[in-house]
Amino acid sequence: MVFKRILIANRGEIAVRIIRACKEMGIGTVAVYSDADKDSLHVRYADDAVNIGPALSYKSYLNIDNIVGAAKKTKAFAIHPGYGFLSENASFAQACQDNGMTFIGPSAQSIEKAGNKSSARQALIELGIPVIPGSDDIILSSDMACKVADRVGFPVILKASGGGGGRGMRIAATREELIEAFSIASGEAKAAFGNPDIYLEKYIDKPRHIEIQILGDMHGNYIHLAERECSIQMRYQKLIEEAPSSFVDDEFRATLGETAIKIARSMEYFNAGTMEFLVDKDKNFYFMEVNARIQVEHPVTELITGIDIVQQQILIAAGQKLEIRQDEIIPNGWSMECRINASDPEDNFMPSPGEIESILFPGGPGIRIDTHIHDKYMVGPFYDSLIGKLIVWAQDRPSAIKRMKKALDEFQIKGIQTTIPFFRKVFENKAFIKGDIDTHFIEHI
Amino acid sequence: MDDKIYTVTSPVMGTFYRASAPGEPPLAEVGQRIKASNIVCVIESMKIFTELRSEHSGIVKKILVENEEPVMKKQPLIIIEKE
Repeated sequence: MVFKRILIANRGEIAVRIIRACKEMGIGTVAVYSDADKDSLHVRYADDAVNIGPALSYKSYLNIDNIVGAAKKTKAFAIHPGYGFLSENASFAQACQDNGMTFIGPSAQSIEKAGNKSSARQALIELGIPVIPGSDDIILSSDMACKVADRVGFPVILKASGGGGGRGMRIAATREELIEAFSIASGEAKAAFGNPDIYLEKYIDKPRHIEIQILGDMHGNYIHLAERECSIQMRYQKLIEEAPSSFVDDEFRATLGETAIKIARSMEYFNAGTMEFLVDKDKNFYFMEVNARIQVEHPVTELITGIDIVQQQILIAAGQKLEIRQDEIIPNGWSMECRINASDPEDNFMPSPGEIESILFPGGPGIRIDTHIHDKYMVGPFYDSLIGKLIVWAQDRPSAIKRMKKALDEFQIKGIQTTIPFFRKVFENKAFIKGDIDTHFIEHI
Repeated sequence: MDDKIYTVTSPVMGTFYRASAPGEPPLAEVGQRIKASNIVCVIESMKIFTELRSEHSGIVKKILVENEEPVMKKQPLIIIEKE
């Protein structure tokens, strides 16, 4: 047995997902939960559960001492961080190690390298990895921002160094806009990540977001599990993902895959990770960032490769060698995922917390639902709006679209607003059906 | 008399913050004179931060909610006496 017991330092659908993976492997599970989550499914499904504090994240799911304490108390010597929260926090990975626990993810050093986007960028330029032109250092003032912007050319985008998921990002088309955007972005970055560092890049028009899932073991072996197309986004938050991408042929896939592995190797990265690229219409690609964790959209890759990525994470963390070879990875069929969020598409995707009165899940062949919600579940305002993922698999893209449309029609959630009605519209959209998409798709429908 | 009073309410269920970032000074204090469109507090709901702006100039009379307290949609937060 690789681990006797794993503590899952997360909540929601990903905690449920990890518990399921552990159960299939015969590994015991410990859930942690805040006061707001005591009736959650992950608490019910786990073998053991520990309260780690009040609803506010920084007092519970971001509280390293409480989580490590819970692991000690329950004798869980391995911790899976899921995504978000502490998953890309090098101090947490280090704290696990210092307490004799295995952090199921990359090393603290790799997380640090991946997370510090300014220094990661510098190292990658030296390796010859294409990156978007921009500031090589943290932007310290609006004056400095203007100087870099003049060099790379407007429009430009400001990004939070410690950020992700679109928070702390601002686009500016002129010097005036940039000066204003700089002060707002650095304030947001500090509020959201406790780190006000901002960097600046040239803004690429109408790009696709295409990312490569990699797996690396602790013995220097790497494989990639092909690409995911994640261009359907709202304010840099992905809403629909698919694998493979209709824009990527075998040759381009091999190029992106080799680049992703080269990046991983340069960071001595092990476990599961994702290398995100922006791809322009001429297939120029630019490395954006490493997501040093399991991702929300991992199921689409699982469905076309047949590989359970969470179970691979656990095996890798236990020191095992990868048993899958690159030439065994042949994408089969087509998979698409819709993120079901508690947000109101009729009101600019504003959060829509509240109690779920009733719910009807879709079913049938090729349908997978990863969720933690159920009838009478209270969707609180404290955490992310993701309440579930609807994932389909079919033989090809047109069949996957038909299957998703049918599933969206069957899916009924009463009591709160969700993104389901919005997805029904997207799956009728001619450009989407043709695969003619970019990261601004949603603004134009 | 009542038309002199303006109440800032929460647009969404969430958490009330008096400052725009941890460690920053509060955006509004009782007795403070504020201008229309000034940011007076922040509501976080599902990781989305919404800055609430005053629709009127005036004096902050009362702050009805403690920092980091949960609030409901449409809950009164700050009372401002219009000028």
